[in-house]
Amino acid sequence: MMAKLSTTLMTAAAMLSLAACAHKPKQLPPPPVDNTGGMNTGNLPPSNNGQVGDATVPGSDADFRRSVSSNTVHFGLDMYDIDPEARTILDTQAQWLASHPNVRATIEGHCDERGTREYNLALGDRRANAAKNYLVAKGIDPSRLTTISYGKERPVALGSDDASWAQNRRAVTVVVG
Amino acid sequence: MIGKVFAALAATAALSALAVPAAAQTAPASTPPSQQQPAGQPQDQNAAPLEVSVTGGVSEPMPIAIPVMPTAQVVDTPAGSTDVLGRQLADIVANDLRNSGLFTPLAPGKLRPVGFQEVNAPAFDYWGGTGAQALVQGFVRAGADGNLTVGCYLYDVFSKVELTRTGFVVPPADWRRAGHKCADMVYARLTGEGPYFDSRIVYVSETGPKAKRIKRLAIMDQDGFNHRFLTNGQAIVLTPRFAPNQQSIVYMSYEDNRPSIYVYDLGSGRPRRIVQNVSLTFAPRFSPDGRWILFSMAQGGNTDIYRVAASGGTPQRLTTSPGIDTGGSYSPDGSRIVFESDRSGGQQLYVMNADGSNQHRISFGGGRYGTPVWSPRGDLIAFTKLGGAFRIGIMAPDGSGEKLLTNSWQDEGPSWSPNGRAITFFRSTQGGSGKADLWMVDLTGQVERKIPTPLDGSDPAWGPIRP
Repeated sequence: MMAKLSTTLMTAAAMLSLAACAHKPKQLPPPPVDNTGGMNTGNLPPSNNGQVGDATVPGSDADFRRSVSSNTVHFGLDMYDIDPEARTILDTQAQWLASHPNVRATIEGHCDERGTREYNLALGDRRANAAKNYLVAKGIDPSRLTTISYGKERPVALGSDDASWAQNRRAVTVVVG
Repeated sequence: MIGKVFAALAATAALSALAVPAAAQTAPASTPPSQQQPAGQPQDQNAAPLEVSVTGGVSEPMPIAIPVMPTAQVVDTPAGSTDVLGRQLADIVANDLRNSGLFTPLAPGKLRPVGFQEVNAPAFDYWGGTGAQALVQGFVRAGADGNLTVGCYLYDVFSKVELTRTGFVVPPADWRRAGHKCADMVYARLTGEGPYFDSRIVYVSETGPKAKRIKRLAIMDQDGFNHRFLTNGQAIVLTPRFAPNQQSIVYMSYEDNRPSIYVYDLGSGRPRRIVQNVSLTFAPRFSPDGRWILFSMAQGGNTDIYRVAASGGTPQRLTTSPGIDTGGSYSPDGSRIVFESDRSGGQQLYVMNADGSNQHRISFGGGRYGTPVWSPRGDLIAFTKLGGAFRIGIMAPDGSGEKLLTNSWQDEGPSWSPNGRAITFFRSTQGGSGKADLWMVDLTGQVERKIPTPLDGSDPAWGPIRP
């Protein structure tokens, strides 16, 4: 009886302390993980992906990034048209893709933080498709190109200023092999 | 662990309001003597009615006394000892009422201990001297079946009459809900509005650097307690919304790098993809009857609104404009849908019938409008107004009476309280940290406060009042 009572008391005390800090997470969040998947944030120095020593594997994303003028094209505020500067960049991408007919690529569409979350998902889709359509018009088989929109969820420049926003309005071509 | 939690959740079905006198009849002598006045008895005709205006202009919050709820017999329960629970329950009631902005609970120093026999025979002369206009008393009792009974009584201090009373029987795991139900009773009786404290919020918990933010679904009571993560953060998750029956949550996830809409079952903890799409699906919302899920699908750069049966099946297309149509939200009767479209250039709000017919624009002010949400009362639509800054605003469903409620750098994504009298949203800060937090504002725009969360948060969605 005595034992039982103290067990009850201990349980109660444990529950009470739980209750007292119930506004804190009951279980700690799992350690942060890289949830970017295959995503490329654009405009970054080439990573080691596809590189063995100093040699770049032909047809890899690293090879692609070394070979084209940029893997990223930019857009005006709320715009998704391919301007002359973007055209020049996409021309070099089309050229490389044409000479590597067995690789596939994903085009990521991104937005700056000045739109609402859901609208930006749709706008990022527009930008990715604008870049895709240009490459297709240049003779790339559309079945080799997929698109994904990240909206405003994955900025590459972190400031809240015109220069940062301009960098974040982008479509990034990533070779996926 | 999960199973245990859900066993407890299932048990909440047992939570029921019952008249305290009935409970008292079955109780031993330790129960307060049954009050002569039945619940809901009309108050003294000579006294001015005690009431609080929710939508009126600036008014002084009503002083209200909420002393510790006594227990006749101190019993240890899985939720804690009944005397400690009595103090905590009074705190819950006081916090809820304070957070509404309509009440000022008396400082603890002005409160006096209330004896068990005094619960339904208040010392009105004492309380009259404290400046309190209303008085909430209650008691806690541990039942032989393991459940807790919480009695809740509301008194008009000046008229010296009881206004209403209710008793709540809860399993120990749900003890906080008895406090929220008591606060709801007081709020509803004194404002004439529907209850909203016994409800939950599902949202996106955020942590990590701005460029690689970890986002997890999380659920909590509306006051921030009983917080729990639902997803592990490996995939980006966005825009959760409760099903009307609160047994599942619809949301968008980047699982497998295929951004799509899912339904998360709160009972099993399992997500289920709703549309076997090859392209982007997002912005999911349940219909008020729970039978349909409204969502947006982007194909080749064009986004339109569709609906699909909640059980799955072939989606039905509702809009066909060449622009971006998204952010749909049903009217409470399910007959109409408010959505945003940039078909005229920038984002604007439109209303259509549930079958997609009669699409017409309702927003005509300067700037752009997004994320419309129909109030559960049907009388208002909340939105995000974009014009440099983002602000939360409301307008009538015909577009009239536009009013902005908040003023900060970026306030986005409104969601209505169950009674349509408050709105939760998320507020982001400028620059490199770019953190977001959950906030609440009332319809006057005067009462605004941050909702505590363990990490940062966005996309809050307020659930219905719990049964």
